[in-house]
Amino acid sequence: MSSAENAIKFQARDLDFFYGAVRALRKVNIDCYDRKVTAIIGPSGCGKSTFIRTLNRMNEVIPGTRIEGQILLDGRDINAAEIDVVELRRKVGMVFQKPNPFPKSIYDNIAYGLRINGMRDKRKLEQTVEKSLRGAALWDEVKDRLDENAFALSGGQQQRLCIARALAVEPEVILFDEPCSAIDPIATAKVEDLIEHLKTDYTVVIVTHNMQQAARVSDYTAFMMLGELVEFGETDGIFTTPANKLTEDYITGRFG
Amino acid sequence: MKLATRKKIVEVIGFLALRAAMFLVVAVLLLFLYDITSKGHGAISWKFLSQAPRKGMTEGGIFPAIFGTFLVTIITALLAVPLGMSAAIYLNEYARQTRITRLIRLSIRNLSGVPSIVYGLFGVILFVNVMRFGTSVLSAGLTLGLMTLPWTITASEEALKTIPNSYREGALALGATKWQMIRTNVLPYAVPGILTGTVLGLARAAGETAPILFTGAAFFLPYLPKSLGDQFMALPYHLYIMATQHHAILQVRPLAYGTALVLIVLVLGLNMTAVILRFRLRRKQR
Repeated sequence: MSSAENAIKFQARDLDFFYGAVRALRKVNIDCYDRKVTAIIGPSGCGKSTFIRTLNRMNEVIPGTRIEGQILLDGRDINAAEIDVVELRRKVGMVFQKPNPFPKSIYDNIAYGLRINGMRDKRKLEQTVEKSLRGAALWDEVKDRLDENAFALSGGQQQRLCIARALAVEPEVILFDEPCSAIDPIATAKVEDLIEHLKTDYTVVIVTHNMQQAARVSDYTAFMMLGELVEFGETDGIFTTPANKLTEDYITGRFG
Repeated sequence: MKLATRKKIVEVIGFLALRAAMFLVVAVLLLFLYDITSKGHGAISWKFLSQAPRKGMTEGGIFPAIFGTFLVTIITALLAVPLGMSAAIYLNEYARQTRITRLIRLSIRNLSGVPSIVYGLFGVILFVNVMRFGTSVLSAGLTLGLMTLPWTITASEEALKTIPNSYREGALALGATKWQMIRTNVLPYAVPGILTGTVLGLARAAGETAPILFTGAAFFLPYLPKSLGDQFMALPYHLYIMATQHHAILQVRPLAYGTALVLIVLVLGLNMTAVILRFRLRRKQR
């Protein structure tokens, strides 16, 4: 691969995942490079959401699940006993499929992550809230109504609010789990723009069922099917000269 | 007859029957309230509410019974609310959903259907005898608390279930511990529902006679309870005596109706409090 100069942030090594007896991931090997956007594409049920949720150990909250193989973050196994899952999740933020603002004010939504991490200093809170909202390109739209309930925002604004909320705790990685599937095309364009900017400071992993989106925003693409990784490589390569026949069939729309 | 006409007739009859059933229920309730109010309002006066019974309970008021019911309900709440909420949080947020938790949940549902006299007898054994609290306002309050627990647990659990999982996942994904998530992003939104169910359970407890009959309620006391170890007078028990056990039943009938009216107003008041509380808390969150 030509990008050997980039450090690897996340490494999945022979990753298996089980929901009870159902095997959702089969020996998956994916590298996510530092400050690059990695897209995971594939048909519904291929395990792409399961995969991204293993990166911040969000699958743990589902009873009866089991993981095998390794996920390394900066070379350290995130499932090792000495890893604090709370600290891991602060480092690896997540934006969900459906915008999930909390029923609080816009300000309190952003401050939530800071407060649970012990920040009490009012001025610092205010600064971080503004910085995060600017980072999510939402500041100009909400600066005069920070006290309003977050539910009053439009769907697209709510999703950018969730991105700002994730930015506020200063993560190193941001995971996007189909972030645009519940918002309209104009809001989608804004979120894609944002992801483009975010990669200067953050490592981004995005799950999407929209191939154009993967082609537009990502540097690397992984194509998955039935729990297996079919092909992984630079996005340009995957979309112009896929090595695998399945990948070619999928991205040309022959199935999926 | 044409099919269409017949279907229409069946429709009309069904609709009228349902409406009649609704009116019947409301009519019974209104008749009941009218009867109590019309016969009881004559007895209500400031004296009736603020004085103790006199002359073998043929004169005077019911203040000790009001006070006793108030006191015992507070003890009930102190036991049933924190314990019920904690149990519900454990069941809904922490416990893994196994056969055992399902069994526990089923038992709790069943406990809410156990007749109150059974709780009363159980309270005698546990609180009065084994724990040696004697026949006292404490024993009675704890017995009522046990009886109310299944209600507060169930109400709290139902309220917790209405909180979307996305609030939980969202908080965890920001680095919240499980307890932080529950405390800051689940409980605050469940409180209106929890309060409503809890107050309804307390209102029911305040009107119960059987659980306090052997555990602490007194026929008549010349003084108010001074400590948790004292016996007490209570509205439902006082009403029971005035209506069935008094030596001059016909003479005290107006006082009995007055007592019934006060009890009903108290219970309705508690229920209204629940409704208002929920309404106000919900509005504050919007």
